Amino acid sequence: MRHRDFAAFILPSAFAMVLFIALPILSVAVQSLFVEHEQVVVTVESCGPFGCETQEKVDTQATAALRAEQPLGRFNGLGTYLNRAHLAVDEIGVILSDNDGFGDVMARIYNLPFYKALAFTLVYTALVTPLAMILGFAVALGVNNIPKIYKGPVIFLSLLPYIVTPLIGSLILFWMINSDGVIGASLQWLFDDPELSLKASPTLTWVTLIVYGIWHMAPFPFVVFYAGLQTLPQDTLESAMIDGANRWERIRYVVMPHLVPLATFVGLVLMMDNFRVFEPIIGFSSEANATSLSWSIYNDLNGQVDQLFGSAAATSILTMLGVIVLLMPVLIRTWREFNRKAH
Amino acid sequence: MKVLTTTALGLVLAAGMAQAGCGIEGGSVRILANDFDALGLVISEAEACAGDGVTVEKNMTTEHKALQVPALTVDPAQYTVAVVANNSIVPLLNDDLVRPLDDLVEKYGQSLQPSQLIKIDGQTMAIAFMGNGQHLFLREDVLEEAGLEQPTTLEGILEAAQVIRDKGIMEYPLAGANQAGWYLGNEFVNTYLGYGGSFFEPGSAEPAISGEAGLKTLAMMKAMYLAGDIAIINQWGSMVNGHVDPDGPAPQIGEATVLAAAPTVGGGDTPAAALWWDGFTIAKNISDEDAEASFIAMVHGIRPEVAQQNPSAATWLMKDFTAPDTAKGVLGNAKAGAKPYPMSPYMGLMHTALGAELADFMQGKESAEQALADVSAAYRTAAQEAGFLN
Repeated sequence: MRHRDFAAFILPSAFAMVLFIALPILSVAVQSLFVEHEQVVVTVESCGPFGCETQEKVDTQATAALRAEQPLGRFNGLGTYLNRAHLAVDEIGVILSDNDGFGDVMARIYNLPFYKALAFTLVYTALVTPLAMILGFAVALGVNNIPKIYKGPVIFLSLLPYIVTPLIGSLILFWMINSDGVIGASLQWLFDDPELSLKASPTLTWVTLIVYGIWHMAPFPFVVFYAGLQTLPQDTLESAMIDGANRWERIRYVVMPHLVPLATFVGLVLMMDNFRVFEPIIGFSSEANATSLSWSIYNDLNGQVDQLFGSAAATSILTMLGVIVLLMPVLIRTWREFNRKAH
Repeated sequence: MKVLTTTALGLVLAAGMAQAGCGIEGGSVRILANDFDALGLVISEAEACAGDGVTVEKNMTTEHKALQVPALTVDPAQYTVAVVANNSIVPLLNDDLVRPLDDLVEKYGQSLQPSQLIKIDGQTMAIAFMGNGQHLFLREDVLEEAGLEQPTTLEGILEAAQVIRDKGIMEYPLAGANQAGWYLGNEFVNTYLGYGGSFFEPGSAEPAISGEAGLKTLAMMKAMYLAGDIAIINQWGSMVNGHVDPDGPAPQIGEATVLAAAPTVGGGDTPAAALWWDGFTIAKNISDEDAEASFIAMVHGIRPEVAQQNPSAATWLMKDFTAPDTAKGVLGNAKAGAKPYPMSPYMGLMHTALGAELADFMQGKESAEQALADVSAAYRTAAQEAGFLN
């Protein structure tokens, strides 16, 4: 394809990408550098059905004048990134200079909202991505070997967890693990402990969320691997059989190498998705025990009466940086392979 | 059946004709409100003013707090009326999005009582029509079985709960709303007000919760939390109907439920429950014609007859309203000197910080001092970003 044709072909899509992806990201990045104007507060008397009292109130005219001067707000540089709700550099400095050993440092850092969210997000991504891939691969192998007439229904059932809206899926599971629910009640009976609750203990909440994540995500690798299995070169497989390779050896030395490029792709997509984990935290109401970066953004924008746009913007940018860091090894590898093929 | 339908239709038509316009000459009324029964009643009354060049539209949603600021910021505003409470009026005031109502009150507000006017710095900014707040719902039958008097203090409630449990009547005799987030923050606000605490340093946005009252509040919340569920609960006044409804799912429980003012705490005499009002505001960025139409329609919606015809729907603030038993709890709170939920510009940030940071303490993962320090730090970070603190 000539360069000019390529440009003409890609132009509408590039334009849409700039308009709907690049510009919003840029605006979020700009937003994250600003905080709201200083609010001019005056003390006045306010009265209502329950009597009068003195109360503070924002002097809207004075504040509006400040706003008109600087429509973007006060420039705060990286201040929002460094404050307690994000990277918390000052707090970490204090913790590192004055502590009772490693355990204390970890506990106190974990007490900071950003690191608490980051910890769960990383553990979730690190566990759900490989385990969902393994489960998906196993299901794909299984489905590939069942008689043809069962394949349709079995594939549909295997895809269900992915089709069910995450919020609904997690809510259903949340009700099931409730102490009155079928799983919760069975566990209490099984362990003979009427106080056992998957929702109260932080560890059990994490386990529940991660198991849910694997269940929900596994169908995606399953579909991709199943499609990959259909392109498996039969003659290689047959020669391996003639060479006396057993079932495991065939999987290890024929099937898996064939699927590696797909696995890279699936791993990439899963990692990005898992790093943005959000719905299960809402569905399981697990804010007290497990939060994620996406949940922090939502929480800033969904405050009782105030919305912290700068704070949400800073967390968004940090999340994007996190995704880039996570994907870096894979991206570098892909780039090298591309270069190798090109030369 | 047919007769009934015809009669009903006739009544509706007659009512519609009699009230069409409510004396409004023209204009558009667009109402944004929270979604619960008592508000629905008021708004459907206001909707009766439609006709003759007057349109009345409504959007009742629990997401109203997220909608109101952007919707009223545009010019002309998307809604002419925002139905608010002590907490949700604050963002509208902070951004100067609602208009003073004094001239409208003078012209069309003859049916209003002076106590219904929410005056800030001498200007009427909202019209309140109902009071609300959390108060005690008690199972009289359970108390009797345990041989107990009605408790009036939080300490008394804990003792009663212990007796009920010891006698084997119920495993978890207490209920409270302690889900992390808004409800947890709200429990703190209620109990802290009962201890006579104040949230901020006087005249500034500096947090002031780390003192003795804060620690005592947390200790009390923990004790209540551990005591578990259900013969005694501190619940919203506007939910009375759902609990004592004779046609509800458990009428025998409704019959045995008695309502009492919220308990006091720590030997004080202030009920441990914030007082709330619900009322309406009129947007600033709309034409004077629409503002006038909206005001008249809303005043029609909250005319004294509405309260008289639906006495158990809410703790109405209107003229000539004789409070039935169902309004006892909230009125009891007010009479006993309960404090209103603070309308200060930074209370919302404080409430969010309380809801987020107290969960660790309630689960026993950190000390009360650490929890309060976390709340102050989280609040301070948010207040700095919002421009209240430097």
